[in-house]
Amino acid sequence: MNIHGRVFRFGDDIDTDAIIPARYLNTSDPEELRKHCMEDADPAFPSKVSRGDIIVAGKNFGCGSSREHAPIAIKASGVSCVIASSFARIFFRNSFNMGLPIFESDEASAEIKEGDIVEVEASTGLITDITTGKQYRSRPIPQFMQELIADGGLMEHILKRGGI
Amino acid sequence: MGMTIAEKILAAHTDAREVKPGDIVKVNVDVALANDITAPLAIKAFQTGGQTKLADPDRVVFVLDHFTPNKDIASANQCKMVRDFAHQHELKNFFDGGDVGVEHALLPEKGIVLPGDLVIGADSHTCTYGALGAFATGVGSTDLAAAMMTAQAWMKVPESMKFIFKGELLPWVGGKDLILYLIGDIGVDGGLYRVLEIEGPAVTSLDLSNRLTMSNMAIEAGAKAGIIRADEKTEAYVRPRAKRPYTVFESDADARYASVREYDCANIEPQVAFPHLPENAKPISEVGEVRIDQVVIGSCTNGRIEDLRVAAGILKGQRVDKGLRCVVLPATPEVFLQAEEEGLIRIFLQAGAIIGPPSCGPCLGGHLGILAKGEKALATTNRNFVGRMGDPGSEVYLSGPAVAAASAVTGRISSPSEVME
Ligand code: SF4
Repeated sequence: MNIHGRVFRFGDDIDTDAIIPARYLNTSDPEELRKHCMEDADPAFPSKVSRGDIIVAGKNFGCGSSREHAPIAIKASGVSCVIASSFARIFFRNSFNMGLPIFESDEASAEIKEGDIVEVEASTGLITDITTGKQYRSRPIPQFMQELIADGGLMEHILKRGGI
Repeated sequence: MGMTIAEKILAAHTDAREVKPGDIVKVNVDVALANDITAPLAIKAFQTGGQTKLADPDRVVFVLDHFTPNKDIASANQCKMVRDFAHQHELKNFFDGGDVGVEHALLPEKGIVLPGDLVIGADSHTCTYGALGAFATGVGSTDLAAAMMTAQAWMKVPESMKFIFKGELLPWVGGKDLILYLIGDIGVDGGLYRVLEIEGPAVTSLDLSNRLTMSNMAIEAGAKAGIIRADEKTEAYVRPRAKRPYTVFESDADARYASVREYDCANIEPQVAFPHLPENAKPISEVGEVRIDQVVIGSCTNGRIEDLRVAAGILKGQRVDKGLRCVVLPATPEVFLQAEEEGLIRIFLQAGAIIGPPSCGPCLGGHLGILAKGEKALATTNRNFVGRMGDPGSEVYLSGPAVAAASAVTGRISSPSEVME
């Protein structure tokens, strides 16, 4: 799978209340959540983002709550992947379990600019900034988590293998 | 090689004799928890998996504490879905209606979580139970659904960081101040992917309530768990509540830590975290003039009877500042009843405070005290992100119950010593 899209940039410590504010958690409907995605960080985001776009952020992306509504809202917005210098632990886990591709790279996080066109080779984690021509390698993903992705998420993994 | 408490608990829940940081292991889960926000997604995932039976209904706990009593139609529908599922599967640990308390205050109180347990919860503050000497961590709803199906979870074995609190606590300092100080020191990602192992004479001197407050906020440093070794006080708390056997684990003397830090409590004043991150902690003497519109005393962090006693001790015979709303939410029905018996509810009402039902209430901006644009609140809760308690243009400051109660009296963030002279 290859990812290709335009970049929206966010800073450090983007928390789950910024990704999807708790006041909207009285539903888990992706379409409803999409309307408020990233609202408290950038109110115009839901109207600007289009299918395939990429979020690039600083450190500790997705900190705060365990809500899976966060990766669901991001996926429902059409965002194809998130690149950050680090992810908060539960968000990291949830993304693999839900099938939202995420990549960790300090350099990509520092250098890629808002509006750049970026391509990611999902299998190798190679990130190419088409606008600048620069390439970045993201941190390798542990074997077990690669299996989760290959099986299509945690539920599919369990059904296929009869257990975790 | 020696192992930490976290490593020992994880090893005890696998087939392996030893585990080391970085290993990915399959663990048996003792308790799997979800609430009215996260259970609906977990149930959907469980049903998508074509599953009809829970691996072990006795290990599954659902608490409808966030938007209840139902604040609107959408939340009523979410709660109904969880309620129907709980009844269908005959869950004995299902908390609804008048049995509801804030989940992380409720589970220790009911003896559902015990020392040595491995607990996952579809709620990030599941790390609270580390204060009982358990390994407890937050996960997403899909992980929870997997545990409902298999009574297992996958875990990467984390490294541990040790924090030692020495010296004696200054007046009005409690667990909340110590943990805000720690987070202020290492930052909101200072414990990322790791376990905070918290110890030292100052921690041993704390009661369980204050220890639970500390472990509760481990996630605010990005940590996977915040563990405090179980001691005599823990056992005295747990023994009358436990309905099954439990194991107390201790770290080996030669266990490995990613880092070891020591703090001298002589330097730790009551703390206040400024908007919009818990790491923005300042000592009360450096806060300056901050006028506030609302004070919230409650939540899984500081809504236990010990917290209400501290707050009532300050509010007794005083009046809440005119124009300020002071919302008090006892964390569980048992806490509420105890507060009533001790006369604390009367003190709060006479001071002009509002008493809410045991619920998360405004902690996550749900209901029962939402902020308007430009308003400021001081809360004993654990998060002060943008928009956490209402309008994105509002602000939340965090403190312990003593500073919160004193500030309710003065109308600005204040040291308890100002009110208690
Ligand atoms: S009181 Fe606040 S932090 Fe605790 S479980 Fe409820 S919403 Fe979460």
